[in-house]
Amino acid sequence: MAGKAKREAAGESRSGPVLRYRPINLGRWTVWGVAALLFVFMPLIFQSGYARSLLSQMGILIIFALSYNMLLGQSGMLSFGHAVYSGLGAYFAIHAMNRVGDGSLIWPITVLPLIGGLAGALFGIVLGYVTTKKAGTPFAMITLGLGELVFSCSLMFPAFFGGEGGISGNRTVGRPVLGIAGWTLGPQVQVYYLIVIWCFVCMAAMYAYTHTPLGRIANAVRDNPERAEFIGYNTQRVRWFVLILSAFFAGIAGGLSAINFEIVTAENVSAIRSGGVLLATFIGGVAFFFGPILGAVVFTMFAVALSEFTKAWQLYLGVFFVLLVMFTPGGLSSLILMNLRVLKFQKFKRLRDPYFGVILSALALAFGCVMLIEMTYHRTLDYSLGPQIQLFGFPFYTDHAESWVFAVSVLVGGALAFRYAWRRFKAVWGEIQVEIEDWIRDNPEAE
Amino acid sequence: MTVELALISLLNGISYGLLLFMLASGLTLIFSMMGVLNFAHASFYMLGAYFGYQLSQWIGFWPALVIAPFAVGTLGALVERWGLRRVHKWGHVPELLFTFGLSFIIVEIVQVIWGRPPVPNRLPAELEGPLFTIFSTNFPLSRAFIMMVAVLMLLGLWLVVTRTRIGLVIQAALSNPQQVEALGHNVPRVFMMVFGAGSALAALAGVIGGAVYVTEPAMASTAGAIIFVVIVVGGMGSLSGAFLASLLIGLIASFATVIDSTLLDGLSALGLSITPDTPLYSVWTLKLSQVAPVLPFLLLVLVLIVRPKGLLGTRED
Repeated sequence: MAGKAKREAAGESRSGPVLRYRPINLGRWTVWGVAALLFVFMPLIFQSGYARSLLSQMGILIIFALSYNMLLGQSGMLSFGHAVYSGLGAYFAIHAMNRVGDGSLIWPITVLPLIGGLAGALFGIVLGYVTTKKAGTPFAMITLGLGELVFSCSLMFPAFFGGEGGISGNRTVGRPVLGIAGWTLGPQVQVYYLIVIWCFVCMAAMYAYTHTPLGRIANAVRDNPERAEFIGYNTQRVRWFVLILSAFFAGIAGGLSAINFEIVTAENVSAIRSGGVLLATFIGGVAFFFGPILGAVVFTMFAVALSEFTKAWQLYLGVFFVLLVMFTPGGLSSLILMNLRVLKFQKFKRLRDPYFGVILSALALAFGCVMLIEMTYHRTLDYSLGPQIQLFGFPFYTDHAESWVFAVSVLVGGALAFRYAWRRFKAVWGEIQVEIEDWIRDNPEAE
Repeated sequence: MTVELALISLLNGISYGLLLFMLASGLTLIFSMMGVLNFAHASFYMLGAYFGYQLSQWIGFWPALVIAPFAVGTLGALVERWGLRRVHKWGHVPELLFTFGLSFIIVEIVQVIWGRPPVPNRLPAELEGPLFTIFSTNFPLSRAFIMMVAVLMLLGLWLVVTRTRIGLVIQAALSNPQQVEALGHNVPRVFMMVFGAGSALAALAGVIGGAVYVTEPAMASTAGAIIFVVIVVGGMGSLSGAFLASLLIGLIASFATVIDSTLLDGLSALGLSITPDTPLYSVWTLKLSQVAPVLPFLLLVLVLIVRPKGLLGTRED
């Protein structure tokens, strides 16, 4: 990085044509190529309808979370109302879908996400003008207020929002995709590929955005708005432009969700959805471009897969989120990169045993917590179904004291073991980080 | 609108506004002191309501009115000590996210323990019934009780902040925490106490508000959005601004719910004719009482456009 800047500076100072050296970025092409292959082959590996629907939802959330990270990670704007743009985009898309159905529009269904995106951007222009007047904490509160405003409106105008039942549509209407007879978007796998194409294009576009002047100045506005103002940028306008773009991509995600679910309800613009995308993005990590992608995958696992097993999934999600905020504010992506760095410096061997202890005791601790939570939940909600619950394949009786004593002792034992293991891990980890930092400082050219 | 309705709405509005201020005052204190927007503030309000309900079942309402805020305040102090303080070194956004995650967890725990439907939380019999009657409408004793508690609490808060030694330290730590620390005061402990006290105030509001209105898991998010509007409209970090905004929003809410006129009526009084063919017909025919839930948020947008620093605020952002 530093070398490149030096080369460019040297090129600028000389007169005459600037020599540019741009080798093919092999790493980047590999990563994107692998991502594309994964996208294409995933539904062939996982053939069940459930898995494909899960994958489709991941694709939608990836776009949504990346668009959210354009605000949070890249411009420092913490929004609590981002679902407004995706939700309104979804509403516009589903209304357009119904127009296609009654013949007044002749667009193919495949371009509907674009309608959603344009609607999102339009609302980004209008609502964003108000919200981006402020930055930081006031911005967060204003987006929350606007989100509530739109949500309350959704129950007030049933003609557009469909009231409690929402608006439903039918994605198989209109002309077949590309004129090919079998492609009607009926089967889930066809919808999956539609989502994947949109997702890949949006990912590439959002990645490209990070290298544009706007993307760069957005980083400057995030890091030091005062300096950005001094070199002549209107920070408010930068925030506004970023928000419009972000709302555009959120709208695309909304349009895709309208196609995927064929129904849009007021829940799509609600604070629950806004909070969800915030959790997904932060869990993945806001500091790296790929963070939200990872977060979208993990969040969908929680929201769709875990919710099959337990009613308390939101509690687990919340606890997971708070633990991440407290211990690794960079999210999962920074956790992975830190470990990769240790691996790269070939010091991972020393961490193996401490890791083993930490993970084992954390599992015991988690098991105790999960058991207590599930048994309490069972007693308050489903007690009429009988006192027995199935947990990890074992039956537990919530009316026997033994179950509770067992849960509490696993919890306490796990906590004590974790405390010990964590201290040991932390010491070794800190030692290794210091060694790596020292090495980097002593070998500045090694990059 | 009759005089009778206006008077009752005025009183209801003031009592609701005072309840809002009990919430907003703690939030503002915490914000101006620690720079943390406590997203979980309304969750402490909800915890206060549920603790109050549970304790009323066991030991009666009056002890619950004292013990529940104390318990929630202790919980708040613990959260500050073991959670927020750890996150503090990473800046304001992680702090805000921590409290956001906490609000998420608290709602879930409340649902685990007390279930999803509202709980039958009632005021004791001695607070039921009307206090007085204006023409033919009763003014309930419970609303007057809210006003009384709120005013007493405000008086107490004001006395503590302006007339005691600890209040002096708090005020000093508000403006210059480093200097206060250099003078030998334990500023982190002051933060912890302020956070705990703020949570306790929210819980006190919760014990009363939960019994007068409704105690349900959704109450935190409903109240949370409104008190954020209050402190932005009043001006971030301004206690008197928050007071003004609370009353304003309380009055707007109570008057809007009893007025049935529509924009249509207003426009036809001006001589404009609107028919079902006019664009946006559904907007013009909405009754004010239907729009009531959005009015605080519209006020927020309006204030941001006209006066971005809030009614009595001094900070630009």
